[in-house]
Amino acid sequence: MTLADIAAETYASLTVNKVRSGLTMLGIVIGIASVIAMVSIGQGARGSIEASIQSIGSNLLLVFPGAQRGPGMQVSAGRGSAQSLKQEDADAIAKEVQFVKAVAPEISRRYQVAARGTNTNTQVVGTVPVYPEVRNIQVEEGSFITEAHVQGFSKVAVLGPTARDDLFGEGADAVGQTIRINRVDFKIIGVTKQKGGSGFGSQDDMLFVPLTTAQRFLAGDTYVTTISVQASEQSAMSAVQEEITNILLDRHRIADPALADFSVLNQADIVETASSITNTFTMLLGSIAGISLLVGGIGIMNMMLTTVTERTREIGLRKAIGAKRRDISAQFLAESAALTLLGGVVGVAVGWFIAWGVSRFAGIATSVSWSAVLLACGVSTLIGLVFGYYPARRAAALNPIEALRYE
Amino acid sequence: MIVCTNITKTYGTGETATPVLKGISFTIKEGEFVAIMGPSGSGKSTLMHILGCLDTPTSGTYVLAGHDVSELSDDELAEVRKNKIGFVFQSFNLLPRASVLRNVALPLSYAGVPREKREAQAVRALAAAGLLEDRWHHLSNQLSGGQMQRVAIARALVNSPAIILADEPTGNLDTKTGEIVLGTFQELNRAHRHTIVLITHERYVAEHADRIIHIQDGAILKDAKNPRTIAARPSHE
Repeated sequence: MTLADIAAETYASLTVNKVRSGLTMLGIVIGIASVIAMVSIGQGARGSIEASIQSIGSNLLLVFPGAQRGPGMQVSAGRGSAQSLKQEDADAIAKEVQFVKAVAPEISRRYQVAARGTNTNTQVVGTVPVYPEVRNIQVEEGSFITEAHVQGFSKVAVLGPTARDDLFGEGADAVGQTIRINRVDFKIIGVTKQKGGSGFGSQDDMLFVPLTTAQRFLAGDTYVTTISVQASEQSAMSAVQEEITNILLDRHRIADPALADFSVLNQADIVETASSITNTFTMLLGSIAGISLLVGGIGIMNMMLTTVTERTREIGLRKAIGAKRRDISAQFLAESAALTLLGGVVGVAVGWFIAWGVSRFAGIATSVSWSAVLLACGVSTLIGLVFGYYPARRAAALNPIEALRYE
Repeated sequence: MIVCTNITKTYGTGETATPVLKGISFTIKEGEFVAIMGPSGSGKSTLMHILGCLDTPTSGTYVLAGHDVSELSDDELAEVRKNKIGFVFQSFNLLPRASVLRNVALPLSYAGVPREKREAQAVRALAAAGLLEDRWHHLSNQLSGGQMQRVAIARALVNSPAIILADEPTGNLDTKTGEIVLGTFQELNRAHRHTIVLITHERYVAEHADRIIHIQDGAILKDAKNPRTIAARPSHE
């Protein structure tokens, strides 16, 4: 029998009982569609979490001060509360650590900010001109803080779009206006571009002032709350992290790294942790969907066994006119593989549609990957072969004499 | 064409061994029309299965068209059936919901005949089996019993087999239709020189053949020419 003959036989026998073939296929369609939809939701979630982590900057390392602890006290005021990082630490990192592209120290705290009758409580970040580059922030209107502002203790501010909306109304022209922070007047020189909620604190509800200004007029001290370090390449991040740790331990005269009064957070670690969470999530969803695929496969096997029983006499006849075992098993395997392959293709289309619907109407990001599609098609055909194998073997092993007599 | 020497068939072993055929020997020459007749339980079906290469004898030899086929494997037997034997069954065994032409061409797909040649061969076989052309594109389950059996005969003929084995071909037909089908066999034998072996339990069916082998209790009771058909034969015989 040629492949064309097998294809013709398969078509003929599957179309004889269209309802049954369709329902059996439906099991596979549902299985594949749910695998595709679930995996795409999982991958979409992973994509959006990674994107939001990347949105705070690329190749970023964050240095935070350690926890505030009094001598001999066991009560901690919390990580990041200590005033252990200085402007000089940032300068040392910039000067001594290799593969560092930019260093942006900042001092941030929440203040009540007022402007012409309105006021809001927002994060005020005192920083340096390189900050937008390091933290992936773009200026929409006006300009960002310049070196001259930092040198001159200028009372200028750059608003985040949310802070601008809260103070001046949505989309209002704020450049040139004055705001009051902690009883000090600041002139607005720019507004940053909207970044969207990132799930790690909005970067839009912020306000930037020169670092020196913040230290002198707002905090009244010279410590910094965070040092953002951008590595020049991703592969160097671990090395940079290590070097920063060594330099700061050295500068702070701490011998035991366990007692460090600061911590260095590597963006790659955050991404990795988030990815491993979403991967687990994807696998969980995928394996639940996989169960329905298995059930679909058992449906195929059930139908094929029924078909073999129903067509016993036909099998007997085919054997009598010269069909070998191989011909018979090829025919039945082709039938189950055709059912699952077709079910797989339809299932991919349905799954794709579900994924589209979920992101369109439920607002959850989804991403259908080619690897998932190919995997689903491959798995469904494999299911056809695996679950079709036993019925096909049963058919092929029938004794022609008994098969011909079968009532 | 067929040489059977001392064929036995025993089912089961030891205490429960049941001998069905107890040493059967006969020869069928090319172009003969032979009826194998016997009551049910006589072993004629078992003999038919052995002649049709659906089964092998317990002992003895069966030589078909010069080849000893008594000890072949399943797949080798399938090969012999494919090339040498055409079957006609009591219950027709056509593929339901398949056209007449597809039914007749079915053995050709196993024999590896190219698709484009199949229809011509199927048409020739249908013409030889005497089925009217307006039925050729019908589905097999839309035909009457007599027509179905002609389709089955055409299917048996399509691959030009060495012998045609007909197992109670009139068993599911009324007398009149049965007569027509038996007439078709006679015609195939006389006009086309096909070798035909007819298995039946009814004397009037067997009497359409030129030679009748009586079987009873697994042995040949009588093997004789049929005087009625010999007399009716054309003189060139």
